[in-house]
Amino acid sequence: MLKIAKERLNELYAKINESMGLFIPVKKAGEVNYAVWSEGKEVSLETLKTVKSPKNMFFPQTENMMKFKQEGKNIEVVDVRRDYVEEGKLFVLFGVKACDYKAIEVLDKVFLAEPIDTYYQNRRNATTIVTLACSRPEESCFCRVFDIDATAPQGDVTTWLDNEYLYWQANTEKGEALTALVKDLLEEGGEKEVEAQKEATKVIIDKLPFSNLDLSKFQPENLNELFEAKEWEEMSEACLGCGTCTFVCPTCQCFDIRDFKTHEGVIRYRCWDSCMYSDFTLMAHGNSRTTQMQRFRQRFMHKLVYYPSQNDGLYSCVGCGRCVNKCPQNLNIVKVIKTLGGKDND
Amino acid sequence: MINETLIPKVGVITDIRKDTPDVKTFRVVGTDGKKLFQHMPGQCAMVSIPGVGECMFSITSSPTNEEFMEFSIKKCGCVTEVLHALEVGAQVTVRGPYGKNFPVEEDFKGKDLLFIAGGIGLAPLRSVINYVRHYRANYGKVVIVYGARSKDDLVDIDEIQNEWVNEPNTEVYLTIDRPQDGWDGHVGFVPAYVKELGLDPNMTAVLCGPPIMIKFTLQGLLELGFDKSRVYTTLELRMKCGVGKCGRCNVGDKFVCKDGPVFRMTELDELPDEY
Repeated sequence: MLKIAKERLNELYAKINESMGLFIPVKKAGEVNYAVWSEGKEVSLETLKTVKSPKNMFFPQTENMMKFKQEGKNIEVVDVRRDYVEEGKLFVLFGVKACDYKAIEVLDKVFLAEPIDTYYQNRRNATTIVTLACSRPEESCFCRVFDIDATAPQGDVTTWLDNEYLYWQANTEKGEALTALVKDLLEEGGEKEVEAQKEATKVIIDKLPFSNLDLSKFQPENLNELFEAKEWEEMSEACLGCGTCTFVCPTCQCFDIRDFKTHEGVIRYRCWDSCMYSDFTLMAHGNSRTTQMQRFRQRFMHKLVYYPSQNDGLYSCVGCGRCVNKCPQNLNIVKVIKTLGGKDND
Repeated sequence: MINETLIPKVGVITDIRKDTPDVKTFRVVGTDGKKLFQHMPGQCAMVSIPGVGECMFSITSSPTNEEFMEFSIKKCGCVTEVLHALEVGAQVTVRGPYGKNFPVEEDFKGKDLLFIAGGIGLAPLRSVINYVRHYRANYGKVVIVYGARSKDDLVDIDEIQNEWVNEPNTEVYLTIDRPQDGWDGHVGFVPAYVKELGLDPNMTAVLCGPPIMIKFTLQGLLELGFDKSRVYTTLELRMKCGVGKCGRCNVGDKFVCKDGPVFRMTELDELPDEY
């Protein structure tokens, strides 16, 4: 175990930033989100939940995929992808919480499955992920339900923060390389403090109101029974279809592909989309989901039944609780789990 | 950098055939004049006009055609409107092939085959029918039942009347919804016609057409004693990526773009009713 005094963290960021792009939770206009670090920015590692998850590091909200140059009848396809590793442009994503780190594993299973999404892969390969253990989880947190240990996240490097130090432990080759880069700033020590923090945090997690949700009913064999459940009508009644839950969700990965005409040809880009929107499934000859109930049901069935059924039981929810905090109608996955998850939710 | 499936190839339209008032068949090759890529019957491709949009279409031509690919496309939305306005020589982009094909080399081999299509539903079936014709000795009897609103709405009628009907051990039954001058064939809806024909329930059946036709035809087949595990159809949902990532064509634990579009009826029974 290594450590660095809190007041020297800026030196750590500056050192990393000399040779790599650093993305870290930064406070701006009262909100904390992952942003590019530069001297003078207000870093906030203490903030438990960034408003948006770090998913846009690998899967940006919008990204250009290719260009088309048209001359007369001829079309030329221009590949605008960048292989950051080949360019020698590397990144560090710093301060990722256990839930958001698990969410990257959920996204990997979609984007890195054959055929590999090279846009995602190029960013993913170029990035070293430094996770940060939680020490003060909040009431809306329920990562333990998904067997995530908030006190000891995975990642290339795992860190813990207390009032005096940031403790540092490399887990992978990428993590060792980053450690070597900043080794002059790190000193030995901290095992005892980290163990004490883990124990203290576990006591808090034990007491969280959603830590013991029962997921036992969400099994592939119950797919049709859950789909037909009459409770969806009532649960979805207040849903506005605003899509906020999908945008703040670290695992939501549905996207749209669209074309944009410019003076220099057509740009084809992709952007986040939401299964909560009425035109998501709209076709020229009809729509397979015409009611908000169907769209609401799709989102939760996908996270709790369809995705696990395709991915060896891995749920596509990590209990970050952002949707619990952000839904304007106070609807969320916790209510769905409590209603349909199993008898121990009563 | 490794290939990215979302980045298409450029295709040139070398022939356009107007099949019906609202269906045209486009012949497409690469800019080098060769076929863009290989596929199997039932698979699809994403065809796009940059600046307008990209849509998934079934590849109508048989894989055994080594020269070009064909797409039979009905004019019914933004992209297809513009496609229909294109002329020979125009370029489009194409990527694929996507999806699971009809099990022509596995389950279909050695079997008697029944193909039932309605309207533009002939598009995916034409690929498999011509594949079976090419390897005729590998398959048993072939029965084709094809219906459309009117005689003018029968897609690719020339090939059917001049080639399919003359194949050995092949029966072709055509029908249109309402009587029409110049039509002395059968009149009536496909599901009723299928029941009238008293087809052999031991055949392996492939259905393709509007959802309502599929529903009632399937009912008819079951009454005739067909086994659902030997009845196949194709699904169609909104798609953007074609490779199971964009989330649009998700039904239950399947993505129509990669787990379909070809499904066995017994597989559909396990899916939630949302397609």
